[in-house]
Amino acid sequence: MTGALLEMRQIEKEFPGVRALSGVDFTLNAGEIHSLMGENGAGKSTLVKVLTGVYQKDGGTIRMNGREIAPRTPKEAQECGISTVYQEVNLCPNLTVAENIFIGREPKRYGWIDWRAVNARAQALLERLDVRIDVTRTLDHYSVALQQMIAIARAVDIEAKILILDEPTSSLDEQETERLFKIIRHLQKEGMGIIFISHFLEQVYTLCDHVTILRNGELVGAYETARLPRLELIAKMVGKEVGDVRTMGEAGEKSEPKEEVFLEAKAIGATGVLETVDMKIHKGEVIGIAGLLGSGRTETAELLFGIHAIDRGSLFVKGKPWHPDGPMAAMRQKIGFCPEDRKAAGIIGDLTVRENIILAMQAKEGILRHIPYAEQARIADDCIKLLKIKVSGRDQLIKNLSGGNQQKVIIARWLATQPDLLILDEPTRGIDVGTKAEIQKMAIALAKKRGMSVVFISSEMDEMVRTCTKLIVLRDRRKVAELAGDAVSTDALMKAIAGGAA
Amino acid sequence: MKSLKRFAGSSLFLPVVSLLVLLLFNACFVDGFLSLQVTEDGRLYGRLIDILTRSSSLIILALGMTFVIATSGIDISVGAVVAISAAVVCMLIGGRGDGVAETPMALAMLASVCVGILCGAWNGLLVAKFKIQAVVATLILMTAGRGVAQLLTEGQIITVYYKPFAYISGVLPGMPLPTNLFIALLMVLLVVFLMKRTSIGLFVQSVGINPTAARFAGINVTLVLFLVYAFSGFCAGVSGLIESSLIRAADANNAGLNMEMDAILAVALGGTLLSGGKFYVGGSVIGAVTIQTLTTTMYALGVSADQLPVVKAIAVVVICLIQSKKAQDMFDRFKARRAKKHAGGKAVDAL
Repeated sequence: MTGALLEMRQIEKEFPGVRALSGVDFTLNAGEIHSLMGENGAGKSTLVKVLTGVYQKDGGTIRMNGREIAPRTPKEAQECGISTVYQEVNLCPNLTVAENIFIGREPKRYGWIDWRAVNARAQALLERLDVRIDVTRTLDHYSVALQQMIAIARAVDIEAKILILDEPTSSLDEQETERLFKIIRHLQKEGMGIIFISHFLEQVYTLCDHVTILRNGELVGAYETARLPRLELIAKMVGKEVGDVRTMGEAGEKSEPKEEVFLEAKAIGATGVLETVDMKIHKGEVIGIAGLLGSGRTETAELLFGIHAIDRGSLFVKGKPWHPDGPMAAMRQKIGFCPEDRKAAGIIGDLTVRENIILAMQAKEGILRHIPYAEQARIADDCIKLLKIKVSGRDQLIKNLSGGNQQKVIIARWLATQPDLLILDEPTRGIDVGTKAEIQKMAIALAKKRGMSVVFISSEMDEMVRTCTKLIVLRDRRKVAELAGDAVSTDALMKAIAGGAA
Repeated sequence: MKSLKRFAGSSLFLPVVSLLVLLLFNACFVDGFLSLQVTEDGRLYGRLIDILTRSSSLIILALGMTFVIATSGIDISVGAVVAISAAVVCMLIGGRGDGVAETPMALAMLASVCVGILCGAWNGLLVAKFKIQAVVATLILMTAGRGVAQLLTEGQIITVYYKPFAYISGVLPGMPLPTNLFIALLMVLLVVFLMKRTSIGLFVQSVGINPTAARFAGINVTLVLFLVYAFSGFCAGVSGLIESSLIRAADANNAGLNMEMDAILAVALGGTLLSGGKFYVGGSVIGAVTIQTLTTTMYALGVSADQLPVVKAIAVVVICLIQSKKAQDMFDRFKARRAKKHAGGKAVDAL
């Protein structure tokens, strides 16, 4: 076939002991948005990294416009016209927007950096993408969504022919995502080939023309998105029959909350963090905190766990007034918290799975009451078995696990402390469909079988509706609605979030 | 063979090999390097013993420094704290010509170690509580510390004539080896005990790798940082005793001079990254001995004291290069290629 912008053929990549890619083909045409899909560990990132020169391929060929290329570094890939925007924004927060866009290739005049040109060109570049902001302010003034768009602007300006977007929407809310999609479509019309990697099925279906599916480092196939039903797509990703997938989507019965209240918050808030939120968390209840990104979901969770100090309202645990003063105080009340940002606030990358699991438990015991190794090993092995964590052994480094398994280790860390209340902030973000369902089921099972209270926070409404018996809806950092029982539905939730504006 | 292979993969492998190579070099080129003699009163002596004895205060400093560096901090004040500790102990015992101690020696020693801890606590307060960058925070005491020592000694070099004071870095009657070697051993054992019986190792690593995640897991990051600097101060205090006993005097200008750099280097040679995280106490101890071996070797080969730093620097560069990530990768690739060739050969054999 002629006209293909990018042809990757029979790509092989081996890591010590693991075959990451074997004989993978991938074709991208100009003016096409092509999704790369697969569960965690399927080889998506490896394929992208081979293409962008982060890894060297062990076999196969890469052709761009018919000419063979072999980028050995990300810089070489960029020179070939391949640009990447990663999940985490790789920009400098303390530089201005314009500086970020032109860093390393500033327009010069008489040997000096021509700041006027830098700013003007940055402004023009962003306007092309329909982003109107002050480019002379530092990057950290702007939301993650805008930073994402600035990263794209930077990538696009480097004469890119291929743009790779790796989970670009995982920290964006719906409006921001819509805005980003507009930009992507705009670039598509300009004839750019775009590789879009995302765990959000909906987004893949709205945006992409084609989808290539990988599983266990092998190619499953390339399909036209419009002709591939969702269930079939999932079935191909997980390697199961369609019938199995249907049942996987449903988490089963919900939990049955008891009368007893574990924690009650009365009009709690903190200046600059959260306005006001009330809630009652019953024993054995899975309660959801819903809202758009930045609506105060994470902030509510962090107030309950003592990360930020509360300066308004009052909290009661089992009927007794309580003022959270740091994470340890919350842990003494038997509260556990899996934070939203797994990499920055969850895992201790260079430590083993065992050490990561026992960390909170050991922190609770204190420095002097050391948990003996045999005991640590037993706890770690129990957790690995219970949560079906995929590891080569308990002493594998956590940074070498896939995202979903890292998340499970963090959950295990808190389960080991035997909490009465477990707060899960975005526990399913950026992890594969199978593990997502497992974590939802686990949240319900904990509430049902152990009588634990679970606070569940997620951007995916379906997931919230499926998992929670009660939803606290936030908007602009305050509680705007509470849905319980039969009122818990996607429609109702969307209406509550949209509020008067809808 | 199997245990040898396991050792080859362990973190101690390169530091130990570096030291062995150095020792081998010495054995070949320095006369009587490996010989050990016993004196009439049962004392052991020889160059090897000499190296170990002289490295004892550096070993102790390296222990404290290891924990500090593991939290991704650094303590450049230890050399100055050694001087303060030396000044305190000599001042308390006093420089009376008739050899009488003004303060009981045990009390004087205790006081100087306590002053060391106090200095460390000050550093810890600045770093942990006020969140001042470690280099800046400890720079304060590094520069001011010698001034404090000068104040204590009133600008004089206090020479101690009290006999027992020399025993700290000398040989107690009836003992085969110098006392400071036993002090270093005790300190190492203390650290081993802390590592095995408490969770300080886990907490220090967690704080060094990801302080946010450590805090979210309930670890009191401020307390851990504070303790680490206080412990480094304690180590410097003990080192101060050894250093002052060695010359039986407190020299505010020269006691512990540049030792902070040697301590940092010892930790680095031991395989602990200055970016923090995983740390290797055993490696640091070996690193300290390596540095001292190097110094002794140079003197034995007739390199003058002025040129010593240059030769030392060259040797350190070589050792660091061997241990660098790039060299390791090259070595791994070389091994993988050989393994492949080997496997290929076998397949052919099977045919």
